[in-house]
Amino acid sequence: MDFLFSPWPWYVSGPLIGLMVPGLLYLGNKSFGVSSTLRSVCSICTPINEDFYRKDDWKKDAWNLVFIFGVLIGGFIAGQFLSNNDAIQLGEKTVERLSSFGISNFNTLLPQEIFNWDEVFSLRTIIMTVVGGFFIGFGARYGGGCTSGHAIMGLSNLQLPSLIAVIGFFIGGLFMTYFVLPTILTL
Amino acid sequence: MKNAKFLILGIFFGIVLIKAEVVSWFRIQEMFLFDSFHMYGVIGSAIFVGAISIQLIKRFNINSFEGDPIVLNPKKMLKVGNITGGIFFGIGWALTGACPGPLFALTGAGYTIMIMAILGATMGTMTYGLLKKYLPH
Repeated sequence: MDFLFSPWPWYVSGPLIGLMVPGLLYLGNKSFGVSSTLRSVCSICTPINEDFYRKDDWKKDAWNLVFIFGVLIGGFIAGQFLSNNDAIQLGEKTVERLSSFGISNFNTLLPQEIFNWDEVFSLRTIIMTVVGGFFIGFGARYGGGCTSGHAIMGLSNLQLPSLIAVIGFFIGGLFMTYFVLPTILTL
Repeated sequence: MKNAKFLILGIFFGIVLIKAEVVSWFRIQEMFLFDSFHMYGVIGSAIFVGAISIQLIKRFNINSFEGDPIVLNPKKMLKVGNITGGIFFGIGWALTGACPGPLFALTGAGYTIMIMAILGATMGTMTYGLLKKYLPH
């Protein structure tokens, strides 16, 4: 049973994530993609009846709301019952670099110095949650998908637009990691 | 009840996301610093399994559980949108250390501060909807 509680290696978890593709196609005839859920959330809560998220659009996409609710429950189950609370085995270069920016606690999935309700009014935490989230939501719709829809579903289906978007993910991510994050982390 | 299967698939996905540690801000940093094979192994093997499944579905014309032909919508080719949107997304991915699925998995796992990022992502989606007609695609 030990394997359930320790982190799963990539060659176990990767194929399991890949199974989401045939799982959704076979069971529900749906293409794997999470970010469209955010559009459904917009359709529900927006007072604006824009083309992009008409009020009743979410009904036909209700499946993705159910799916994301499942992800929430899955996260709860894994966090509560399937964790051994071991520190993540990170690469040395990463630990060294992040330590130099003042991050010292590597024991949880996220750096507690930043992702913590006590810090919710600090500029650093706002940038790394609300602003970062804004980029995710805006970029996913502008580019036509996120990691699941483009990187996994799109590339599995050999879609050129997905390859271009994934290259974009890395241009944006590398730029942020190497040139901007050092400044933000030391705010 | 029709949607129960999506709930089960979602729970499965949420568990795997946490156990794979791909929801970890540290892991995403490590990926962008090219300091570990972990994330590349996860994403690469996921694509490998996904691609083989899709080839099998196409080759054998497999129908869905309910008996309908399986529909594979091609992704829309956008000259400007795919790359620009992708860059925006990547910036957000590096900042929050999460993409949309992990935001929800983390919230469920007790990292409830990620609700702030979900809020941001919803605002970003909404802003895109409002600006869509003015943006080059």
